[in-house]
Amino acid sequence: MACPTHLRYTKEHEWISVEGTLGTVGITDYAQSTLGDIVFVDLPKVGDPVTANQTFGSVESVKAVSDLYSPISGTVAAINPELATAPDKVNEDAYAAWMIRVELADVAQMDTLLTAAEYEAFIAEETGK
Amino acid sequence: MTEQTPELKKTALNATHRALKAKMVDFGGWDMPVEYSGLIAEHMAVRTAVGLFDVSHMGEIQFRGPNSLDAVQRITMNDASKLEIGQAQYSALLTPNGTVVDDILVHKLGEHDYLLVVNAGTKDKDYAWIRSQVGVTHGIHISDYSSYYSQLAIQGPRALETLQKLTKVDLAAIRNYRFTFGQVAGVHNTLIARTGYSGEDGFEIYIPSDVATSEKVWNAVMEAGAEFGILPCGLGARNTLRLEAGMPLYGHEISDSITPLEAGLERWLKLGKPADFLGRAALQALKDAGGPANQLVGLEMVERGIARDGYPVLNEAGETIGTVTSGSPAPFLKTNIAFAYVPRAVAESKEDVFVQVRANRVRARQVPTPFYKRAKS
Repeated sequence: MACPTHLRYTKEHEWISVEGTLGTVGITDYAQSTLGDIVFVDLPKVGDPVTANQTFGSVESVKAVSDLYSPISGTVAAINPELATAPDKVNEDAYAAWMIRVELADVAQMDTLLTAAEYEAFIAEETGK
Repeated sequence: MTEQTPELKKTALNATHRALKAKMVDFGGWDMPVEYSGLIAEHMAVRTAVGLFDVSHMGEIQFRGPNSLDAVQRITMNDASKLEIGQAQYSALLTPNGTVVDDILVHKLGEHDYLLVVNAGTKDKDYAWIRSQVGVTHGIHISDYSSYYSQLAIQGPRALETLQKLTKVDLAAIRNYRFTFGQVAGVHNTLIARTGYSGEDGFEIYIPSDVATSEKVWNAVMEAGAEFGILPCGLGARNTLRLEAGMPLYGHEISDSITPLEAGLERWLKLGKPADFLGRAALQALKDAGGPANQLVGLEMVERGIARDGYPVLNEAGETIGTVTSGSPAPFLKTNIAFAYVPRAVAESKEDVFVQVRANRVRARQVPTPFYKRAKS
């Protein structure tokens, strides 16, 4: 499973990209594939604080509900409005269907996150493949 | 997605599922497909066209001999004496306390010949229970034939047209909960039953469990259904279909701590049948004493939120009064539905309840079940 190399990843299966001090967060293709058909994405409000490794929302598939963990700390600058009516966009393209944009408190936090190669190795270990 | 443990049992179609890139899960000790193309698409295929399920993990236990009816009557709650040859009935094995060992289908194959289809995860328990209770009955032979059969379920409004291409048997002449034997896709003496667990019309067929035969019939059904948009369907869709159709699942709505009276299965509980049976006295006493304390109810979420198995049910005052046994988005109805146990007074009041969905208390209304009922054709 090849993960985009320009993104950073968490062990909770989120991805993040950064331009300047603005981070964009979503869940990985592996996460959407494991969840199956996504029917609901519960996101915070613009202006809400998020904290690294803390939940900021949840994603529900037909089968299960899963927490969303923020890769970094900061303030929510935007949420993807499309997901309110079309949560299945996450299944279609998990790396395009972003969930929140975050004004980062500390850009250096990015260095603590997994690279694509590290995340792929983590999944390989988790799935035993 | 856990590492596959070597001791998981496999159906004859395991390689087929893997070739179709199904997501596989451990279900009752079996390595089973949970979904192929996607749960919602599979669910909708069954509601609007046709779907094919490998349900070979189900168990088959046969009773034969001149006293087989006596044994079946003793061990099951429905009245098997009402069955004609070629007819099946929903029933359950009960403990002496009246709780459910398993829910089953009883097929009358011949005058002294019954086939019980039981759940996969409970099969060994069921067989041991049956042997311990009626195994020494004179004039009866009980056999576990589970490993001899592959079972395929062809379900949906186009199931009949699909299967009809593979057999000369007049499928339209088989009534609901009836079965016959015939050739299907070249396989002789196939049990063809008009039964299912989806809330749609459909058939369940029982074929020899060797890989070659199982794959041949699977592929033939897929080819026959192609023009209708047939999809292979996994246990995920099987669960949402049965939930929409208001059917109980063992380990959720029923278990060895729940009676059929609580579970709303009185229609299949024949306390007055012409034979005593395990659990009868306890259930009669429970009825005479006013009935069970709790009742299974159908819930539809009014506010945003999805009830899941095990979530607490609360009253207006915030007190916990019950538990969700199955909860899910309903892909066809496009609402969020659940089964839950609540005190009988609450069930009878029909008042709204609340489900504790993680941090939120979400209002739910009590609705009649089945949640979904297909239009009669």
